[in-house]
Amino acid sequence: MVTPTNTNVVGAHYGLRDWLSQRITAVVMMLYTILLLGIVLWHGGVDYASWKALWAGNAFRLATFLFMASLLWHAWVGMRNVLMDYVKPVGVRLALQGLVIALLIAYVGWTIQVIWFPGAM
Amino acid sequence: MAALDRPVSKPPRPVYLNLLAIRLPLPGIISILHRVSGVLLFVAGIPLLLCAVQASLASPESYAELRATLTQPLAKVALLALAWAYIHHFLAGVRHLVLDLDIGTELAAARRSSAVVFVLAILLTVLVAIRLW
Repeated sequence: MVTPTNTNVVGAHYGLRDWLSQRITAVVMMLYTILLLGIVLWHGGVDYASWKALWAGNAFRLATFLFMASLLWHAWVGMRNVLMDYVKPVGVRLALQGLVIALLIAYVGWTIQVIWFPGAM
Repeated sequence: MAALDRPVSKPPRPVYLNLLAIRLPLPGIISILHRVSGVLLFVAGIPLLLCAVQASLASPESYAELRATLTQPLAKVALLALAWAYIHHFLAGVRHLVLDLDIGTELAAARRSSAVVFVLAILLTVLVAIRLW
């Protein structure tokens, strides 16, 4: 039988999943960073026409979306960990975590707009 | 199972958290810089990245405007700070992934790799600075 304890368990089930997702999203971002840097350096810099042409390709758009989705997920895990470590009052922490979530969801929408509808400001 | 056997009321432990008096070891400095750079990238990096990419794609005029903005000293300094944050976070992340593979977990090797991350991040940031100015 499990002995009831007074331990302040913040969460017992997401540790491994977050550890793994933080690493998978990191590898995705690293690959994309190297890809984009490689493309730009390969062409010796970009002008508006070649930059626009690059972003017109569907494969590149999807790779960018994958990067941004990884970035936003990674940012959530990281920011939540930082807030759990440094912001002790529960109310303030929950408010800040809510703010981070709201921002990240808004950024998803902004990302879709930038990738697929860049002209619509 | 040790955690379950712990008495419910623990004796108070000494707290010594004077940040100015604590001397962090090099891996500790790399670790806290990983956090600082991560928070910086969340707070400023993501919105500015979205702004910049949007401006770069919206129209030839907004593209030219973005390029003009990035020639201003203040914008360059901000870009350089974010470049350092990205590079440091990237390299410290690579170090984490290597440590996860159980490579370089001995104290001497861990200290060495921390130094490599710290110095390489600054060197690459200097390269970006040279490119910017």
